[in-house]
Amino acid sequence: MSELTLFLIRFAYLAILWIFVLSAISVIRTDMFGARMPSPGARANGRAGKQPKAPPRRRGSPTHVLVVEGSSSGERADLAHAPILIGRGTDAAIRLDDDYVSTRHARIAASGDQWFVEDLGSTNGTYVGTARITQPTTLTLGTQVRIGKTVLELRK
Amino acid sequence: MTQQNSFLGFVHRRRRGAELFLVILALVVGIGAYAAVGLGVEGEVPADILGYGGWLAALTVACHVVVRLTAPYADPVLLPVVAALNGLGLAVIHRLDLAYETQDKAHNYAQQQLVWMTIGVGLFIATLLILRDHRVLQRFTYTSGLAAIVLLLMPMLPLIGREVNGARIWINLGPVGLQPGEIAKVLLVIAFAGYLVLHRDALALAGRRLLFVDLPRGRDLGPILMMWLVSLGVLVFQRDLGSSLLFFGLFLTMLYVATERPGWLVVGVALFSAGAFFGYQAFGHVQARVNAWSDPFAAWETGSQQVGQSMFGMAWGGLLGRGLGQGRPDLISYAQSDFIVGAIGEELGLTGVIAVILLYGLIVERGLRAALVCRDGFGKLVATGLACVLALQVFVVIGGVTNLIPLTGLTTPFLSYGGSSLIANWVIIALLLRISDQARRPVPDLSQESEETSDAETTQVVNLR
Repeated sequence: MSELTLFLIRFAYLAILWIFVLSAISVIRTDMFGARMPSPGARANGRAGKQPKAPPRRRGSPTHVLVVEGSSSGERADLAHAPILIGRGTDAAIRLDDDYVSTRHARIAASGDQWFVEDLGSTNGTYVGTARITQPTTLTLGTQVRIGKTVLELRK
Repeated sequence: MTQQNSFLGFVHRRRRGAELFLVILALVVGIGAYAAVGLGVEGEVPADILGYGGWLAALTVACHVVVRLTAPYADPVLLPVVAALNGLGLAVIHRLDLAYETQDKAHNYAQQQLVWMTIGVGLFIATLLILRDHRVLQRFTYTSGLAAIVLLLMPMLPLIGREVNGARIWINLGPVGLQPGEIAKVLLVIAFAGYLVLHRDALALAGRRLLFVDLPRGRDLGPILMMWLVSLGVLVFQRDLGSSLLFFGLFLTMLYVATERPGWLVVGVALFSAGAFFGYQAFGHVQARVNAWSDPFAAWETGSQQVGQSMFGMAWGGLLGRGLGQGRPDLISYAQSDFIVGAIGEELGLTGVIAVILLYGLIVERGLRAALVCRDGFGKLVATGLACVLALQVFVVIGGVTNLIPLTGLTTPFLSYGGSSLIANWVIIALLLRISDQARRPVPDLSQESEETSDAETTQVVNLR
């Protein structure tokens, strides 16, 4: 085996190794940016489980979350800034001063034209009505969401 | 912000096609290395390349098909990267086998490693098939903690325990030896995650402020002290520096991630320093490692030649390496296990080592990404813990081999010869894929179930107007 062939094999193998590394990185890159916002026509070819885009907001749809009970009563957050984080943490959109609330307690967000509340693994749980929720749960106007000693509602 | 994926209206795609493409490239990396070794050592493509390559391809494609069927939304990068690392490791081990053969120290490390890889892939597939939802594991928090402790104690038992190279971390099960500690680390991640997800608020909230950090309360120190003692026990009774460091580092990172409190890091680093100092004072083997680290060539005379040998190898390899089959990696002792990165550094050079480290970086990044996207606290912590196990292990081993930190003796994940570590790591990847599948899957459409409520909503709107 000539010196030159070995030299070429050496380079070829390093090239293959790096081509693999770079393609893996490029797959990651397309994974980051390729998860695109679904377009209105997405439902027709929605094979990959894409969700339909939210239709233009209806007039009766909620515009803000209001704290109706508890020490932070009266505080509100505009749904335009969804998703809305609720908790004791400084990064929460609705900051509750309540011993029974976790740092990042729950989140209110939209999917299509529906609003959901989702528990973020809080200690004391999030209740819709009387039931403790275990998965994202739909909210409608006036549904009471209880977090610790605080009750929140979607309002128009 | 990535965790709000599905709610922001962006949905992860399945990306199985991309995975298949990468899997094929990974096979080229693995089988190409095998061919290059044959060309470099014997001047011809090995005769059994079809059989070997076919088997490797069958294993990897089987993994891909199972992922496609059972975890369609799982991360597309993890499996190919692991397959490439495993293939490269096999080729380098095979290359060392060839070198040992010429010196009449014939081993069949590569063949045994291929058998272990087959078992590892079997467990990978079984994990994905049996475990359809990672949250089930939360039920086994204390069971897996107990099992991990039993596994850690097993090498200390008189009949099955075995001491190899001064470390008592092996057990004999009939003809095969196992390192139960490798399996224990997976169980420990599950146990820590289950415990921390329940108790993190208590651990995060209470405490007093000192200087700039919130220090935890005295009575909350229980778990960290217990973990510290377990790690010290591993160090003292099993003389296994690497695992001791790994377990404590893992617990500390998970505690920090769960509570978001730097105070724990302060406490942990203090405990670690105390333990390290005590270890250095009390044990000859710790001192030997530290001396070999501070001056590897002075330690050469006193018997600790490994680090020096690996540094010579990497220097001889230089930027582009000698080429597979062209160096003398067999001169490094334990080149097939702890020092495989030294062997890669000699034959593939800095360019190859950087690629390998980048691949590990990608695995860890994908693990942490799965943790970010994941929607439940337990899954987040398990994914973080598993990524952290791999990261710590790679840092400890490659850091040791390149003389950045004292050598502690762990296996390089997926590359090193060693069955227990290989199968445990394949299970880790299966768990990460399961969590990322759960995390990237779009939220189930609830609109059908809630048809009634949406009717009620329209009525309400009319009434209110």
